[in-house]
Amino acid sequence: MRADKFQAKATSRAITEWCLTHICLLAGLLSIVTTFGIVFVLFNEARKFFAVVSPAEFFFGRQWEPMFAEPKFGALPLMAGTFQIAAGSALVALPIGLLIAIYLSEYASPRIRRVVKPALEILAGIPTVVYGFLGLTFVTPILKSWGLPLDTFNALSGAIVVGIMIVPLVTSLSEDAIAAVPKATREAAYGLGASKAEVITNVVLKSASSGIAASFILAISRAVGETMAVTLAAGARPNLTLSPFEQVQTMTAYIAATVKGDVPYGSTGYQTIFAVGFTLFAMTLSLNLLSMKLVKRLKKHHA
Amino acid sequence: MPDFASSRISIARQAKDRIFRGLCYGAAALGVLLLVVVLWGAVREGFSALTPKFFRGYPTASVSRAGIMPALLGSLWIVLLTLAISLPVGIAAAVHLEEIAKKTRLNAFIQANIANLAGVPSIIYGILGLAIFVRCFGFGNSIIAAACTMSLLVLPTVILTTQEALRTVPMAYREGSLACGATPWQTLLRMTLPCSSAPILTGVILAASRAIGETAPLLVVGALASTREVPRGIRDPYTVLPIQIFNWSGMPQHAWHVKAAGAIIVLLTMLLALNAIAIVLRNKATRI
Repeated sequence: MRADKFQAKATSRAITEWCLTHICLLAGLLSIVTTFGIVFVLFNEARKFFAVVSPAEFFFGRQWEPMFAEPKFGALPLMAGTFQIAAGSALVALPIGLLIAIYLSEYASPRIRRVVKPALEILAGIPTVVYGFLGLTFVTPILKSWGLPLDTFNALSGAIVVGIMIVPLVTSLSEDAIAAVPKATREAAYGLGASKAEVITNVVLKSASSGIAASFILAISRAVGETMAVTLAAGARPNLTLSPFEQVQTMTAYIAATVKGDVPYGSTGYQTIFAVGFTLFAMTLSLNLLSMKLVKRLKKHHA
Repeated sequence: MPDFASSRISIARQAKDRIFRGLCYGAAALGVLLLVVVLWGAVREGFSALTPKFFRGYPTASVSRAGIMPALLGSLWIVLLTLAISLPVGIAAAVHLEEIAKKTRLNAFIQANIANLAGVPSIIYGILGLAIFVRCFGFGNSIIAAACTMSLLVLPTVILTTQEALRTVPMAYREGSLACGATPWQTLLRMTLPCSSAPILTGVILAASRAIGETAPLLVVGALASTREVPRGIRDPYTVLPIQIFNWSGMPQHAWHVKAAGAIIVLLTMLLALNAIAIVLRNKATRI
């Protein structure tokens, strides 16, 4: 009798545990479903878009006027805007981020690290809409007061605030790569009579180069996908220009501006969101994959 | 620092060394300075907006009476619902990858896939949410559609931080529990998960602060530009603080920017409080 009860309890426990195990598996599989969901949703609507508009017009056309009576679907201005913001923010963030990483891993005392690291973490946690607000109401007026001929919305302010935004990302990933360089490598360089700066630039940075490159690429991918800061600071007019003083619209800002307005469901205008989104997804995905490949190479290098 | 006086390093190389060091110090100082400027920029502009009326008010068309009450409540609704959805799912997925799964190709694929999802731009999640939750499931522009979208967005964060938390528990703890006759699941629920609760909680806070601050995906899944209604259920329309900030920032008059800055102060205060809790928890966790 008692043995029976014990047996029943063990069986019910086994069933519960089987269920729990498979619930966990399902939770893991949800991530794959999400990815396929993203690809399917974007591809499905983008396919309808490209049935109406030729890919050649989309990728090489110089005019983006999808809501006009005679619409033009050349996405080059949007891509140029995205490129401008990405390149400009990289100019700001990559050197500063890398130098801070070097400072933290090679120069800073533990006490200062305890101040600088949380400061960067907070900087990384500030919502992007706040950066956009500051770009519009703080950075642009300051730059204007220096005599720069800026529009109210301009690529320069957008690039600067996005650059500030991605500094923490560059720093934390580069620092990891620098910390992975073995101490013996540094000591060997010191033993040959190199100064500290020489050890860092000639030995440490070279040894960590693939990890640093990975951090750069990931940061650029973040800048490409950033929406709110560029919408607020850089503007909402598609503009094929290389002047950083003018208003531009990035791919992300176009999506944000279009969904905010009332686009009729199923129209070609509605499908542009997905076509632009698909292009954006493809860009960031390839950047992220490249970055991951570089990190893997770094791990192999030090193993 | 190497002692140059006694070494044979030339003056030029010494100068280069100093310049390089100066650059690194300067960059670090700039990093801290930027944070100060960002915070100061918002506080200086928005401090005057912080009146009791601002917290009680609705986002009306008149600047003087506009307030953030519906946005504040909307943010609260969405954060809590997002956590309620993403925590169980995220922790379960992490348990699968870390504690249960064998090293099969499927699991390696899931792992690589999660790393990839963490890098997908947030606005793409918005498009996914628009197509799946808003249209396909028919949730419309409701709180539940927003929370589901946000859950997908924060899931990679929850999974990755929980995995790291589980890794901090020494193997010997699990073996001890198993040796006492506990089943693997008893070991997990009564030993491994409680032991890693502090770092898991840090991940939870990270996810919460992400959910509070994200704007772009909610713009896509249809947060309202302004509302007179306070959300009372998960099918109600809503607005959130970041959207409110976005709308007020886009107005041409300066008075609206003051309101936006006031809302930013509220948002940043919430985020800093969450971050402070995370830092305390992390310090506690590293002591174990």
